[in-house]
Amino acid sequence: MTQSTARKLKFEIFRYNPEDPASKPHMQTFELQETPFMSLFIALNKLREEQDPSLQFDFVCRSAVCGSCGMMVNGRPALACKTLTSQLESTIRLHPLPAFRLVGDLSVDTGSWFRGMTERVQGWIDEKAPFDPNAQEERMDDDLAQAIYERERCIECGCCVASCAVANTRPAFVAPAGLNRVARFMMDPRDRRKTGDWFEVFASDEGVFGCLGLMACQDVCPKELPLREVYAYLRRKALTGVLSRKAKPA
Amino acid sequence: MKITDVLVIGAGLAGERCAIEAAAAGHSVLILSLVPPRRSHSCAAQGGMQAALGNCVKAEGDNTDVHFLDTVRGSDWGADQEVARIFADNAPIAVRELAHFGVPWTRLRPGKNRYHIKGEQVEIDEPADKAGLIMHRDFGGTAKWRACYAAAGTGHATLYAVDSQVVRLGIDVLDRMEAIALIHDGERCHGAVVRCLRTGRLDTILARATVIATGGYGRIYGGYTSNAVINEGTGAALALDTGIVPLGNMEAVQFHPTGLWPAGILVTEGCRGDGGYLLNASGDRFLVELEPEKQELASRDVVSRHMMNEILAGRGVDSPNGPHLWLDLRHLGEEHLTTRLREIYEICHDFLGITPWQDLVPVRPTQHYSMGGVRVNKDGQAYGLSGLFAVGEAACWDMHGFNRLGGNSLAETIVAGRVVGMSIADFVARGGPGPEAALAVSALAEQEARITALASRPAGGRTLYQVRDEMGEIMMNRLGVFRTGDDIATAVTDLQRLLQEVSGMGLRSSSPGLNPELTYALRLPGMLKLALATALGALARKESRGAHHRIDYPQRNDAEWLNRTLARWHPGADAPDLSYEPVGLLDLPPGHRGYGASGYVDLPVTLDEYNQGVVSAQAAQGSLATIEPTGARLRPGAWRGAFSAPS
Repeated sequence: MTQSTARKLKFEIFRYNPEDPASKPHMQTFELQETPFMSLFIALNKLREEQDPSLQFDFVCRSAVCGSCGMMVNGRPALACKTLTSQLESTIRLHPLPAFRLVGDLSVDTGSWFRGMTERVQGWIDEKAPFDPNAQEERMDDDLAQAIYERERCIECGCCVASCAVANTRPAFVAPAGLNRVARFMMDPRDRRKTGDWFEVFASDEGVFGCLGLMACQDVCPKELPLREVYAYLRRKALTGVLSRKAKPA
Repeated sequence: MKITDVLVIGAGLAGERCAIEAAAAGHSVLILSLVPPRRSHSCAAQGGMQAALGNCVKAEGDNTDVHFLDTVRGSDWGADQEVARIFADNAPIAVRELAHFGVPWTRLRPGKNRYHIKGEQVEIDEPADKAGLIMHRDFGGTAKWRACYAAAGTGHATLYAVDSQVVRLGIDVLDRMEAIALIHDGERCHGAVVRCLRTGRLDTILARATVIATGGYGRIYGGYTSNAVINEGTGAALALDTGIVPLGNMEAVQFHPTGLWPAGILVTEGCRGDGGYLLNASGDRFLVELEPEKQELASRDVVSRHMMNEILAGRGVDSPNGPHLWLDLRHLGEEHLTTRLREIYEICHDFLGITPWQDLVPVRPTQHYSMGGVRVNKDGQAYGLSGLFAVGEAACWDMHGFNRLGGNSLAETIVAGRVVGMSIADFVARGGPGPEAALAVSALAEQEARITALASRPAGGRTLYQVRDEMGEIMMNRLGVFRTGDDIATAVTDLQRLLQEVSGMGLRSSSPGLNPELTYALRLPGMLKLALATALGALARKESRGAHHRIDYPQRNDAEWLNRTLARWHPGADAPDLSYEPVGLLDLPPGHRGYGASGYVDLPVTLDEYNQGVVSAQAAQGSLATIEPTGARLRPGAWRGAFSAPS
């Protein structure tokens, strides 16, 4: 990896504090000397600590597992903590993720959005029987466990939602992260729901059939989740769901 | 003003599991969290959760007795053995309950499996009758393979499963909300004053039971920690500020052997469990000679000391950020590193640009876990203040004593969440005095005055962040892996100077709303108090036990120090007051751990003699009545005959 340490970086950062009646949305410019292995986590903290203590942004784990720091880096959604300045031109433009309610500056309310999504798709195991603390665990083939884990790896950073043309124009769209969540529980044999039970939430224009197939979601996903496969799986399931519905007596 | 039966401060695994238990019993529950629940630091736990299911070949003969023995030895006998027993006995239930909640645990694959054990590749035939049960991996300080795992994202998978149950039960979570003071009358806790981290507005929440579940305080070590930036000990500071509730064993701070150097990001112990080695600058596996029995898989305190000795002896690898050692994972291969250790591959790739099946990983011990915390009894009730509870890393329950075993903390969150949740449900059901609105009004006024005073002080001089950085340097340099009396005494003086400095500091920003500078100004004095409690506890403890290692007192001393430090901060004092209590009822007699140093000063009395004074001494320190009598869950001597039990 090449490390340029001589550069002076120019940050253009979106500023707006909804709690301040005098604040108007605008871009503010900062300058910062680049250091080796500088990430946007390091850079933004330096700016706040040394230049503007009011700057708002979100970091928690700073190791790309908690999903807090999604933001638009030069117009593209990314996790700021794992974005190294050495990968970028010397002028860096930062905006908050679109499609979420703004908290202030680069901070957005992904938490409420994802809680709402979980409630809407009922993103939990609807178990077949109550938990028996004295029983051995139910068996599961390790290949299946790994396949479920693959869907489980979403960190709810919101990059896919922010990148999605449909999610940005139609708030009711379940959006990539929501569709992935449906697929995760649909394939889990511990869940008693049948495909038909999910039908309303995923097999409509607000679900997988609302997707335009632009696939920005998969391009920007920091965890590289195979979302294309997820949508193909859900479309197949929608078909079998229709068939199983028709097979049921009225 | 809001009113609830149960207020849980912190939405990580321990807080949420506790909330589920209280809500399932029919009580109203409100959870506060600095961040959306799924961003809590529990999500960063990687390698595994200890539970003696005994499923794979290398786990044969494992049971809760062996887990109990490992945990007490790991603690260097600092643990409360009844709590360690409650923990070990319930860990299998916790792991299976998580499977029920949807955690995709890695499962046992029958037939030939290839493992790396003590530097050799071995093939083991896993029996067909165990196919599909929960798999284990090896971890440090355990006699058997016991860690259950979901690749290297065990915390993530677990937190998502538990939070999904919170959502399902409709439990309200107020995220971006910080408790800045407890409401109490000197005998009973009635809730908290809270500050919204969206708008900056203050409010009060009245509760019959208040639970501190805010995790660890690793950020008192500045950037020298694997902890998330939110692990600033906010909950421990709330308890300390009451002047009544003590913090237990604050000097017991864990350093994880493999923090990525220099970023401090954690690289799981599962890497060594799965066969990774540590190498010095000459490429030698120095631990083979130093720890013939356990090699890389001695407990974390022991491995961290060997690593620092290697570095201090000049056998570290030079780098612009200072010397480090290497973690060698190359022989584990691409397939293993992109499946069962996938998150480790991602961290190496994202933050260092290296490929772990081709390149060595630079590591060095880093602050990782807070064994100390709000001192509670076995039901999770804080000492001295009825209606206040603590759970998880924020608490000193105390199953970890002076060193926690890898994988035991994740298991603790669920076991303690269940146990303490039940005790809270019982406490609330028993009734007692209702909400005290007048107390809430005065507590709110006090916090408003605190903020007004802060905002009216002139800015200038150093920034809060410069003080924080100095605190981090002091803690890492003088209260790190190795400690001496002189170093710690200097640290105490310096930390007191910083506390004084902070008490006069103003704000540069008057930004309405959240104001991140104000948020930090409210936290930093608490962090400095925790740092001082850590330093003074370490200065007074003239012995070496677990992670607390004094070069000037290198032996464990059971004659004088088989006890727990309690630190209280009386209002207006400039330092905490220290006192001591017995560790709890002894069942496994103090002895050699099986790794690390073998010498220690013996307990001069019999176990019975030690045990006789325990209940009264703990009650004198403020331990409240428990649902069952002390010792009811201990099952003395049940470990006799278990694998690795002393004869």
